[in-house]
Amino acid sequence: MSGCLAANAWICPEYVSSRAQELTDATVQHVWITVVSVLVGLAVAFPLALLVRARPAFAGPVLGLTTVLYAVPSLAMFSLLLPLFGLSAALVVTGLVLYSLTILVRNILAGLAAVPEETREAARGMGYGPGRLLWEVELPLALPAVLAGVRMATVSTVALTTVGALVDYGGLGTLITSGLKSFFKAQVLTASVLCVLLAVTADALLLALQRLLTPWTRAARARGSAPRRSTSPGSASPGLTSSGSRARRGAAARDSVGKAG
Amino acid sequence: MGVVADAWTWLATGANWQGEAGVWHRLGEHLWFSGVSLVLSCLIALPAAFWLGHVGKGGALAVNVSNVGRAVPTLAVLVLLTLTPLGRQGGVPTIVALVLFAVPPLLTNTYLGMREVDRSVVEAARGMGMSGGQLFRTVELPLALPLVMTGLRLAAVQVIATATLAAMAGEGGLGRIITAGFHTYDTAQVFAGALLVGALALLVEGVLAAAGRALAGHGRKRTET
Repeated sequence: MSGCLAANAWICPEYVSSRAQELTDATVQHVWITVVSVLVGLAVAFPLALLVRARPAFAGPVLGLTTVLYAVPSLAMFSLLLPLFGLSAALVVTGLVLYSLTILVRNILAGLAAVPEETREAARGMGYGPGRLLWEVELPLALPAVLAGVRMATVSTVALTTVGALVDYGGLGTLITSGLKSFFKAQVLTASVLCVLLAVTADALLLALQRLLTPWTRAARARGSAPRRSTSPGSASPGLTSSGSRARRGAAARDSVGKAG
Repeated sequence: MGVVADAWTWLATGANWQGEAGVWHRLGEHLWFSGVSLVLSCLIALPAAFWLGHVGKGGALAVNVSNVGRAVPTLAVLVLLTLTPLGRQGGVPTIVALVLFAVPPLLTNTYLGMREVDRSVVEAARGMGMSGGQLFRTVELPLALPLVMTGLRLAAVQVIATATLAAMAGEGGLGRIITAGFHTYDTAQVFAGALLVGALALLVEGVLAAAGRALAGHGRKRTET
């Protein structure tokens, strides 16, 4: 015990090497909570988006409810779910899933709405049924918007997972809050930096996946025809540029507001 | 439903509103943090975004700042700041963390609002010989205002919701009612705390929405005359 650990320095390689196992465990927990939350979020958001599209009467309640859920403070959300789940990872995952729904449902809907009507007509004319139309035509075309939503949801989920420290399932957040209690500066800084790195890495990986899955958008951009901002890094949703309608702009504005972590 | 009734009982109990840990004191702290942070965020974000939008540069910057902002965990920033000498000044870590949190959405929404102003209108105004300042005051600002107000409203609601995290870093605010209830397994108090934060967020959203409508109406009248 010497040097930076004894001095309680902010930056301490000794801490990283001596507590490597603890840091790895926290990072792994952080990653799996994030991955499970986003995947479950997608699994819930897809049927919801399809339901809203098939029955527009559901649009108000579904979008309204997910928006209200998004406004619930994360601290309150996790506390309120406690009686249902107890101190468990399921509690954190459920809260994160509920938050991701706002972003995911809106982006899936925006992506599907952006599919040109002529494309649909052409596919129907070629004898595509509704199911095949959805899977083979609409979803691939909606993919850039859907993946943009997944990226946003993932990045904010990584940040939000830290609040799970309240019930000891916060991944790196647990190290951050326990570091606060013991005034352990190196632990707080290292865990915080790892958390940001995790978000940036996840974003980069998803961007690579998006490029891989939608090669046609790159070709279109290279030709210089119709550079769609919806596929460029960072823009919130296709609604930003493709249409100036008030409702879309409202949705885009909502999406560009982050959720606290 | 038992929890809701219990929470109501908790809220109806006068003793819970008095004193250092009472609702009034925590509400005051909450409003102080949120208000100061929001004003500071506006002072930082709005001039920058107006300028960038006016000259039509920095779109990538405005969007990327927002994305980076999303990746930074507010809880981590709060705890980090609490451990620095700033942490000894009560409330400063919370305010700094909330400003960092609110600037990106304000910047992005304002910039987008400025850029979504119809280019042909801007060109026409320039053709009429308007100077940059006139163009900004009489054309761009009124047209961008609805989206700017939307950004402000959303930022305000998110700041109020996020300010609860201050409690996890040992600071004040309504979050303390939630964490105190959490540590004593008092679900009614947790629920009551969440209700208070939710009600405050909705109230502020309503006030800002009304202000936005009033401003928009004012702008319309001015252009009609």
